[in-house]
Amino acid sequence: MSLRIVVCVKYVPDATGDRQFTEDLTVNRDDVDGLLSELDEYAVEQALQIADEADDAEITVLTVGPEDAKDALRKALSMGADKAIHVEDDDLHGSDVMATSLVLAKAIEKAGYDLVITGMASTDGTMGVLPAILAERLGVPQVTLLSEVKVEDGVVTGRRDGDSASEQLEASLPALVSVTDQSGEARYPSFKGIMAAKKKPVESWDLEELEIESDEVGLEGSWTAVDSATQRPARTAGTIVKDEGEGGKSLAAFLAEQKFI
Amino acid sequence: MAEVLVYVDHVDGAVRKPTLELLTLARRIGEPVAVALGAGAEATAAVLAEHGAVKVLTADAPEFSDYLVVPKVDALQAAYDAVSPAAVLVPSSAEGKEIAARLAVRIGSGIITDATDLEAGDEGPVATQAAFAASFSVKSRVSKGTPVITVKPNSAPVEAAPAAGAVEALAVTFGALATGTKVTSRTPRESTGRPELTEAAIVVSGGRGVNGAENFHIIEALADSLGAAVGASRAAVDAGWYPHSNQVGQTGKSVSPQLYIASGISGAIQHRAGMQTSKTIVAINKDAEAPIFDLVDYGVVGDLFAVVPQLTDEIKARKG
Repeated sequence: MSLRIVVCVKYVPDATGDRQFTEDLTVNRDDVDGLLSELDEYAVEQALQIADEADDAEITVLTVGPEDAKDALRKALSMGADKAIHVEDDDLHGSDVMATSLVLAKAIEKAGYDLVITGMASTDGTMGVLPAILAERLGVPQVTLLSEVKVEDGVVTGRRDGDSASEQLEASLPALVSVTDQSGEARYPSFKGIMAAKKKPVESWDLEELEIESDEVGLEGSWTAVDSATQRPARTAGTIVKDEGEGGKSLAAFLAEQKFI
Repeated sequence: MAEVLVYVDHVDGAVRKPTLELLTLARRIGEPVAVALGAGAEATAAVLAEHGAVKVLTADAPEFSDYLVVPKVDALQAAYDAVSPAAVLVPSSAEGKEIAARLAVRIGSGIITDATDLEAGDEGPVATQAAFAASFSVKSRVSKGTPVITVKPNSAPVEAAPAAGAVEALAVTFGALATGTKVTSRTPRESTGRPELTEAAIVVSGGRGVNGAENFHIIEALADSLGAAVGASRAAVDAGWYPHSNQVGQTGKSVSPQLYIASGISGAIQHRAGMQTSKTIVAINKDAEAPIFDLVDYGVVGDLFAVVPQLTDEIKARKG
């Protein structure tokens, strides 16, 4: 039995760059390099491991984003995914999580799937709600925030480490899984993988292909509105002392003065 | 006055502090109606009433613990249908965000997560969030449907505001998806006796400079002298020195305590993303060039193995 895996990935501005907002209060993507969200690498890795264990599996990576987002797809393909889908449309600019998830859900359904895998959150928005939203939209079980995942005989099992307990979860396919950064180190693409990725198919879809109206997405169609984005003032320079034997005591004095002791 | 649904995070009837903070914020935009689910739900009513809940809707069923997330969404949706609130507020825990997310889809509403403040606005509640590793402060609102907003711990003071807190049983019908993900076993995390990391007023964290699991007791001793939670940087967690559940940063937990003490942490952007909104920041690091010193209110350039034990002793002495 074949296993169709769709991995949702996001192209994000590099967190080590100087990230800014543009005039319309969307993320400025021009001045900072983009890359495949680190947390999504773990999703690709788990897909590859699950596919290795399956008789016959196919991994499709899916992203919604501007032209440059192809870089994120290429990275996932060079890690070993089989093919890619890029949903790109000018009307998508400024879409929030509800709008983006609508597009992802339609694309996942169009692509066909038994298992959807995502990272736990993006490294730019860091909301962490997309997996649950997608499961709700697709009407499939959510098996989320897994640090261990396994698929066998049409059943997905995994471990979810929460604040107060560690839980073992189980659901039948089709299902949606999200994995944490504890699920296992993501592999580096090999030279062979990078060369092979150049020949792998990347399909481009637009909104029309997904039968989504432009007013359901984008800045105007989104479910939330940003009123302002203000750069926080740099913290005023604090007191820095060199420890010459009394560093702990001077710190204690500061904490006492601030009423923490 | 408009009613505002507040999802209650509790452990067997003991309401966790972030929920009480939510009640403070909820009163700014309407009359809080609390929704408490699971074992001990009714026992939450007294403390919720003391903090402003006009009504407490309760439900218990085995589904809440036997299956993941969705049964709680079904219940919150039942409360939403019964009340028609002006907004729905949920604590920003991992599960809280998932519950809020699914509810938002069902009721056709936008969602805002990890709000650090909330105020009434002309077009509905306005939420403040931190963006890009807390280098920006963003104000936004939900423009479609009933605002669903999750709020970070330590975003508002807990204030007493006695209200009726009348308990009402909530009738819940579970949908087909409710039993989709079975919880086949649950192992409670061993209690350290320390406060929960994301809720703590003081967090003491250790990083690469701690140089081994066997040295983390130095960090723990300092935390205990202050009644603080213990955090760890990703480097310390990846090295296996401290559990992932204590990781502070972009891929771990985001904390916003009154006081954050970083020991042996250089302050990479990924770590800063998880602690930069702390009110007072203190660091101890050998490297005077470490980026963490750009953030601090007070920094000590020195060996943590000398500075931290001295600090702990001095705190104990001062506390008598």
